Amino acid sequence: MASDVTRFNIQTIDGVTIAKFIDNRILDEATIQVIGEQMYRLVDDHGLRKVVLDFEAVEHLSSAALGKLINMKKKMDAAGGQLGMCSLRPELLKIFKVTKLTKVFNISASVEKALKEF
Amino acid sequence: MSELIIYNQTFASDLHVSADIQKEIQELWHARGMSDMDLPDMQLALEEGLANAIKHGNKMDPDKQVTIECFLNEDIVRVVIRDEGEGFDIDDVPDPTLPENLDKPSGRGVMLMKAFMDDVIYNDSGNQLTFIKRCTFNS
Repeated sequence: MASDVTRFNIQTIDGVTIAKFIDNRILDEATIQVIGEQMYRLVDDHGLRKVVLDFEAVEHLSSAALGKLINMKKKMDAAGGQLGMCSLRPELLKIFKVTKLTKVFNISASVEKALKEF
Repeated sequence: MSELIIYNQTFASDLHVSADIQKEIQELWHARGMSDMDLPDMQLALEEGLANAIKHGNKMDPDKQVTIECFLNEDIVRVVIRDEGEGFDIDDVPDPTLPENLDKPSGRGVMLMKAFMDDVIYNDSGNQLTFIKRCTFNS
């Protein structure tokens, strides 16, 4: 994996890439831009088609960050890949439930459970 | 106890300046003992409110200003954000939870503020936002 992917810890388990967010608050525009670009590169540049985004460290994210996640899902769908999410804290899950994005994203309680979806 | 104004700032429409101002306000709230439970919710509303004022209100025009005021009345936090844009009608904002809007990448800021604040109010012309939340403060 490229060394410039600094906003995530990356590991691969059984052919599935687990991208774990490092930032605990994905709120400000600058952070969101960088995370968005680095996330898109996982699909566009690195050609990954099975990715789980691990939110264990994330306490909060803004509507702009949700926009990046939706675009990431669209990219992955267009590439014929599969995107999962896991380990959302209750306050973060509330954001997805309120916005009904639980209907858009495949959200699992843990990495182990997310891997079973592939 | 009467309401105190604890922060008042007017700044040009710039997201980097906005980020600095958010840090200042967060530090003020933290110094006053705002709980770790409430602080992230307030940060989220602050980010959404300022981003809307800069991007949608002032349309990123650096010649237009944003004014933010933060008030505290015992445990009630009130934030007022005003832009110099044309304003909007809150009722015209499409419901982002409708099936046809679910995959649109924007349009969820007001909904998130409403979810995490006790009250979210726009003035009639739609260029002034007020959000209010009763928070826990550690003495």
